[in-house]
Amino acid sequence: MACFLVPATEALIVTVATQVLIARENKLLPKFKREDSAALSTEAEMKTPFSKKLRWLSNLLWGGSFLLAFEHVWHGEVVPWFPFLTAASNPADTAGMLHEMSTVGVAMAVLVTAVWVAMVVFSGAMEKNALKPVKAAR
Amino acid sequence: MTLLVTVFAAVFSTVAWYKKAPNDDMKLSILCYLYWGASIMWFVDAIFEYAELKAAYFTPSLETMANDLYLGLSVVALGLVVWLVVLLIKDPKGVVKAALKRK
Repeated sequence: MACFLVPATEALIVTVATQVLIARENKLLPKFKREDSAALSTEAEMKTPFSKKLRWLSNLLWGGSFLLAFEHVWHGEVVPWFPFLTAASNPADTAGMLHEMSTVGVAMAVLVTAVWVAMVVFSGAMEKNALKPVKAAR
Repeated sequence: MTLLVTVFAAVFSTVAWYKKAPNDDMKLSILCYLYWGASIMWFVDAIFEYAELKAAYFTPSLETMANDLYLGLSVVALGLVVWLVVLLIKDPKGVVKAALKRK
């Protein structure tokens, strides 16, 4: 009915968080560069910044929510006029919609986030392995 | 059926992205995010539907299957259109910019 609204809301929050993180990383960058150690810069080059990893999550959430929104338009559950959600026009359907959002919608957001966590853990392990020879050479 | 079509699209776009990785000039990662995001979400939807319908979930009527296939193909087409629009706007190879300058 409107399950895609839950991951879409998470996508919005993650996008804002990503922008804040990028701004913070850019602020820290000049200070980091001042240290200017060759080893540190190699390490920094090999590591994917967390803001980029957070963008993976927001991209997955936006992408999925967008295509799911299209599916809802297809089934006539989302319409281009107020209140936009057909289920919002009467209280009985609204209750059903809220129930679906709290079960299916939340499960969707949780599973996408879990997949992203797995991606972050996996890429972190790969980065650690790639950094081993650099650290050993120091 | 929609889930199946989207998963196939996700797998194919990931293979195409991997072939050129880490170079992403064609912005194929956009397709991966679109299709994988939707596939994960429809997978959850399928689990809830299976919990409700049990074995009947795997034996849909021909009409339902055809409609879901039509929806799946439309979703793939929409994803491709989104990717193309983003590709032309971002124009990583500068092709659009060069063509406009020539005029």
